Amino acid sequence: MSEVPANQAPELLRRLLRAKDRIDAAPQQDWPVRRLARVSGVSAAHFARSFKLAFGVPPHRYLLTCRIERAMALLRDTDLPVTEIAFQSGWESLGTFGRTVRDVTGDSPSEFRARVRGAACGLARVPSCVVRATQRPPLTMAVSEKRRRAGDGIKRVRKTRRQA
Amino acid sequence: MSQGVAVVGLYVRDQEEALKFYVEKLGFRVHTDVRNGDYRWLTVQHPEQPSFQLGLFAPGPPVHDAATAQTLRAVVAKGAMPPLVMSVSDCRAACERMRAAGVEFTQEPVDRYGTVDAGFRDPAGNGWKLIEAR
Repeated sequence: MSEVPANQAPELLRRLLRAKDRIDAAPQQDWPVRRLARVSGVSAAHFARSFKLAFGVPPHRYLLTCRIERAMALLRDTDLPVTEIAFQSGWESLGTFGRTVRDVTGDSPSEFRARVRGAACGLARVPSCVVRATQRPPLTMAVSEKRRRAGDGIKRVRKTRRQA
Repeated sequence: MSQGVAVVGLYVRDQEEALKFYVEKLGFRVHTDVRNGDYRWLTVQHPEQPSFQLGLFAPGPPVHDAATAQTLRAVVAKGAMPPLVMSVSDCRAACERMRAAGVEFTQEPVDRYGTVDAGFRDPAGNGWKLIEAR
């Protein structure tokens, strides 16, 4: 019990939850820390740390999981073109969108779409926010970070080879 | 008598605040409000559901020690309690009415699988879905 971050006051947590709810409601929007901090009524300097302490992920990564969930749901449940889905779920670049979906699902957006088409119809009786919460990918590290590390690995191997 | 679930309780941060919210903003009625020292047993009722009471309980003494109460309040304030669902005949109309009363919506009404649903929270952080009955 002592490891529970009991130092965060319920009043603060409730205000941080408001920011999290706003991300959930509109993950396609831009959510710079300053804007989220304003929703929570805390300083931008404290927001990211407090959010991570409360919810276990930094706000930008939480936003990313929401965008990925949105995109995956639109790929699964609609006939919208991939470009439109990327735009509607908050990506400005189709290339980044494609790479992120591949990093998370192992497939390109259109491959993912073909694989999961119509798969979630059994969840029709579950409230949508619950479905969305269950389908956010569990990102233990930022996707970009994962890619960077993978990239570093490759570079390191190359360097080692060169040295050898 | 009818058998079945009679009371389900929520944890709220402040019972007075919760009472105002559920009665004044959502239109519930007080069913039972009794005190014994620090303890207050408070239940409200949906006007169309006389056999069910929603308990609005505050974590704290004499039921909980300080650390447990703090944990419970934190869990509620983080929105980590299980989902609650309220059935309405017209989701959009209910939203408008509730918004006018000052309810904070977390999800605008959306059409989904032939029905409409929306989401809001009580002041403590308990999350409700408002789902149009089919």
